[in-house]
Amino acid sequence: MTEVRVPDRPPVSRGEEPRPAGRRPRRPDWRRRGEIAILAGPAVVVFCAFVILPVVMAAFYGFFRWKGFGFPDDFVGFENYAMILGDEAFRDAVLHNGIILVASLVLQGPLAIAFALLLNQRMRGRSLVRVLIFVPYVISEVVVGTGWTLMLQDAGAVNSLLEKIGLGALQQSWLSDPQVAMGTLLVIITWKYIGFAVILMLAGLQSIPNELFEAASIDGATFWQTQRYITLPLLGPTIRIWAFLSMIGSLQLFDLVNIIWGQYVAATAGTSTMATYMYQHGHLASNYGFGNAVAVLLFLISLVVALVYQRAVLRRDTAGAVTGPAERGRS
Amino acid sequence: MTATSVAIGAVDRRGRPRGRGRAPRAGAGVYLLATVLVGICIGPVLYIIIGGFRSNAQITQDPSGLPGPWVLTNYSEVLASSEFWVAMGNSTISAVATTAGAVVLGVMASYVIARYDFAGKGALYALFAAGLMFPVTVAITPLYLLVRNLGLVNSLGGIILPQIAFALPTTIIILVPFLRAIPKELEEAASIDGAGRLGFFWRMVVPLSMPGVVTVGILAFVTTWNGYMLPLFILNDTSLFTLPLGVQNFASQYSVDTARVLAYTSLSMLPALIFFSLFEKRIVGGLTGAVKG
Repeated sequence: MTEVRVPDRPPVSRGEEPRPAGRRPRRPDWRRRGEIAILAGPAVVVFCAFVILPVVMAAFYGFFRWKGFGFPDDFVGFENYAMILGDEAFRDAVLHNGIILVASLVLQGPLAIAFALLLNQRMRGRSLVRVLIFVPYVISEVVVGTGWTLMLQDAGAVNSLLEKIGLGALQQSWLSDPQVAMGTLLVIITWKYIGFAVILMLAGLQSIPNELFEAASIDGATFWQTQRYITLPLLGPTIRIWAFLSMIGSLQLFDLVNIIWGQYVAATAGTSTMATYMYQHGHLASNYGFGNAVAVLLFLISLVVALVYQRAVLRRDTAGAVTGPAERGRS
Repeated sequence: MTATSVAIGAVDRRGRPRGRGRAPRAGAGVYLLATVLVGICIGPVLYIIIGGFRSNAQITQDPSGLPGPWVLTNYSEVLASSEFWVAMGNSTISAVATTAGAVVLGVMASYVIARYDFAGKGALYALFAAGLMFPVTVAITPLYLLVRNLGLVNSLGGIILPQIAFALPTTIIILVPFLRAIPKELEEAASIDGAGRLGFFWRMVVPLSMPGVVTVGILAFVTTWNGYMLPLFILNDTSLFTLPLGVQNFASQYSVDTARVLAYTSLSMLPALIFFSLFEKRIVGGLTGAVKG
């Protein structure tokens, strides 16, 4: 962000250019407005039409019993919401999302920091290692899901490997046993997304000024003291932003579950999520009023989590992309 | 180990920074751990690729073994099937069109946010930034209805337009700081030379922002290439399937033919892997840049 030379709070009086560029004879204001409209207009239209409008539509459709054809006219008020919240399958799905959210933070966070510290040392082939640990993040969810499904079948590679190394007692029905399936999902999620966390943490580590570590080493700090009192606090903003992204991703998890378990097995295996519930009971069942109500709940839950987290945790940082530059521009 | 290195550090009186704290020289243990880590990360990927070189009989007999002998027919059959190439073509069309659309619209909007001063500027930025928090999952059910009302279900246009919209937040958030960083002296010089703001945009901003544009373009391309949920909702016709849907369809269609599924799966991830190894620095830099603002 150092290259941003525009002052944080330019003395803007409406329509006046604070920059030297504005010292030249001012153009008519309508022309500037025209340029803004021509340049920003298409993006705003496309974004509002396909991102904002659907969320608004969902809020509307959610109040109807509607199969998706014609104009919805069977207004049922909050009945859809009452049905969803009263449905044990949905409450299970929310619980699963919650487990995934917490477990992703607890598993991936410390591991990613440890791996980043490990890889931040001078070693041969460091850039190759970085590329390779990022591979699971770059290949598609479908490839990951299909590959793991084949490996985790009862007569699959994982069980066979356990047998070979003498751990046959650990063989499981990894995907279908409700006792095990959630754990399996968490391992796959960790495997798929940890590379992203590590890369972020590495970037965060590299932005810590070297002088701090030199000062600590001159003062005789041990390796662990250095990590505890310098690395972790200064890595804080990176960790907090990663955690935010991880939480949002956990709440919206769909691809992996739907590919590995399919929409019907997920509920019995105990890995269903709000999104797979929405797909099954809304889209596949053609209950679009109901499905849109699920979408609204998914949106609200994500929004509440995001806002609470921003208020409670991110407030001190600039919150990266989400609030920082926006506040700068708002002045 | 740390105690000794600190002691050595204290003895070293040359006063030269030894760069230890930040980048200590790795010992054997570090190499071992790194090797294990890499093994875990790429093991399953290698299993998919190598499994494609085995026959079903080999896989049934020993699911975790190596090919013996190596079988090429799985790969050659997949490569000879029109199904694979149709999906590859659809993915390419969808990814290229989405990338082009997101980059063109994104550069124009970012330029406005970065270099114009107007009342709604902060709100405009916040609008796109908020999009980062809500991926396609939240919007997909109503989005399907919207696309259907536009008559775009079962057409590549029906996934391309929403993909452009969902790629815009990342694009704009990466590009805005990039465009802000273009020195204002250049703008003054251009204006002295008689170029208006739009002229400055075309002649200076677009060429100067090429590195940022390439980064956001790659991110949009890879995201689209791997996209699953949107095509799943919008495309029903197998002749329009993109590669992710193709893989899933193939896996259920030939569920007994494990070897061929593995071959199809590894061929479908090849383009993303090649793309990634070519542009690794930009992808990583772009992602971390987007997150750190």
